[in-house]
Amino acid sequence: MSATTTTAPSVGLRRAPRGRLSMLFEDERWLAMALLFPTMVLLGLFIAYPFVTGVLLSMSSARVGMPGEFVGMANFAKLWNDPIFARAVYNTFLYTIVTTILKLGLGLWLAVLLNRHFRGKAFVRAFILLPFIIPTVLSTFAWKWMFDPTFSVLNWTFRTLGLIDTRINWLGDPDLAMLSIVVVNVWRGVPFYAISLLAGLQTISPDLHEAAAIDGARPWARFWHITWPLLLPVTMVVVLFSVIQTFADFQLVYVLTGGGPANATHLFATYAYQIAIGTGLLSEGAAISLAMFPVLFLVVIVQLLYIRRVETR
Amino acid sequence: MIEGAAWRKWVFVNIPIILFVFVLLFPFYWMVITTVRPDAELYRPWNAPNYNPFWTWQPTLEHIQYLLEETLFGTWMLNTMIIALTSTVISLVCGVFAGYALARLNFPFAGSLGTGIFVTYLVPQTLLFIPLSDIIRNFRLGDSPWALILTYPTFLIPFCTWLMMGYFKAIPKELEECARIDGASRFKAMLYIILPIAVPGILSAGIFAFTLSWNEFIYALVFLASPEQKTVPVGVTSELIRGDVFFWGPLMAGALLGSIPVALVYSFFVEHYVAGMTGAVKG
Repeated sequence: MSATTTTAPSVGLRRAPRGRLSMLFEDERWLAMALLFPTMVLLGLFIAYPFVTGVLLSMSSARVGMPGEFVGMANFAKLWNDPIFARAVYNTFLYTIVTTILKLGLGLWLAVLLNRHFRGKAFVRAFILLPFIIPTVLSTFAWKWMFDPTFSVLNWTFRTLGLIDTRINWLGDPDLAMLSIVVVNVWRGVPFYAISLLAGLQTISPDLHEAAAIDGARPWARFWHITWPLLLPVTMVVVLFSVIQTFADFQLVYVLTGGGPANATHLFATYAYQIAIGTGLLSEGAAISLAMFPVLFLVVIVQLLYIRRVETR
Repeated sequence: MIEGAAWRKWVFVNIPIILFVFVLLFPFYWMVITTVRPDAELYRPWNAPNYNPFWTWQPTLEHIQYLLEETLFGTWMLNTMIIALTSTVISLVCGVFAGYALARLNFPFAGSLGTGIFVTYLVPQTLLFIPLSDIIRNFRLGDSPWALILTYPTFLIPFCTWLMMGYFKAIPKELEECARIDGASRFKAMLYIILPIAVPGILSAGIFAFTLSWNEFIYALVFLASPEQKTVPVGVTSELIRGDVFFWGPLMAGALLGSIPVALVYSFFVEHYVAGMTGAVKG
């Protein structure tokens, strides 16, 4: 600093405005505003603004290349009577609830296992996260290939083991297709649950378990009365995050079934995509994806209240 | 920990772990084996006799060759790399600044701004992609990498901010005060004293943000149209399927090669990645 201030006066003069700026930044409020400015611009332009235009769009009759006019709640009224939309709503709830229960159960089990001592633990821990880090679309293609109606390796295995005689059409039957989608989502989500819950488990002191064991508590009782209550805060946050992601999921269904067969496996997002981008009915598509909002909003509120409660404790 | 008999450990720990690892990793094995397997072996029906699908004696590189020579895979990789790196850097700068302001400075509405950023963290891309596609078109950003470079930060910044807030809060205030007494400005104290200490946090946030942008799909699918602009996930999805015909060999080769950058970054920084992921959850 001192080197620059002792150079020629002209340099000092040119530096004057910057000096004033740094004087301004000595005030916390101005500095905070400056630091938050880029974030606010980006989030305002690409989150808040599209949200507002999305609401307006959903109440218009716009199509691709056609601005349309205000139609009030007509798009939502139309959805109310749309059997495919009803199916998509049902699917989304079913998908979210079933996968969340499975991911939590299996993830917790895996986390407890990983918290034990065994050979190759670091290796296992690093490798099981692969389903979560590999781009979803790419790994889902591997599953689609495994579910192929003619060349399925799963069918081959089951036949070789003598379990089936006729092929299982994994993605061709509505119920089986939904089941396949659930399987892939659980496969991708379990590592995330396991590693996050493991981080929570590692903060629990082993002394507590030893004390309880000395008092005669069986392993199951120790899990239920020590591990579970102490793990609950982490579990809550993991579940709420995952519920939002699952509820708004798109990639899995888009790759595996595209919403088929006969529109039986649509979720909110894939149906919105099909209507808005596939058929060009922008306003109806916007209405479908906005229909997710009440549920997402509720989850976010629960999460905020929960975090506040934990913080004020 | 209290240990029981050896067989109990096998039944309750080792075997379940082996099963978990097998199921979690099998699809990747399947990706690899499909990539190197000749078409003649690939398209054998599931009930063909004397057929072992788990191994091949005639490994081939023809699918990788097809992918690299007949498709724009190299271009997609480059696009994805540029978009992921740029949006990560933008998000890190924004996230570090915003995280510092929210964790360290007193200003009006700090609490509600923090909550606001946290809420945008929970906004899924699928909620806004339709109006956003309109906005991108109006801004004349459609079909260019800028459409993604500018929109990816919307889901990366909140995450980076949240993670960095946690790091900054853990650094003692006295460090900064010492620098201030020695005559450093607030900004300089942040830049030279606090940021170097927060490097592990910045690394975690950056790695996690990079993998998130590599993984992003719906924005890339909707905002980009021409094949030479696409990212890996979208290119593989749209260009290796003709109508109902799936080119499974090149598809799996694309899935495998397209995963390598993320897998490499992950393998070098496992601990940072896990810290970023669990930090994102714990807040």
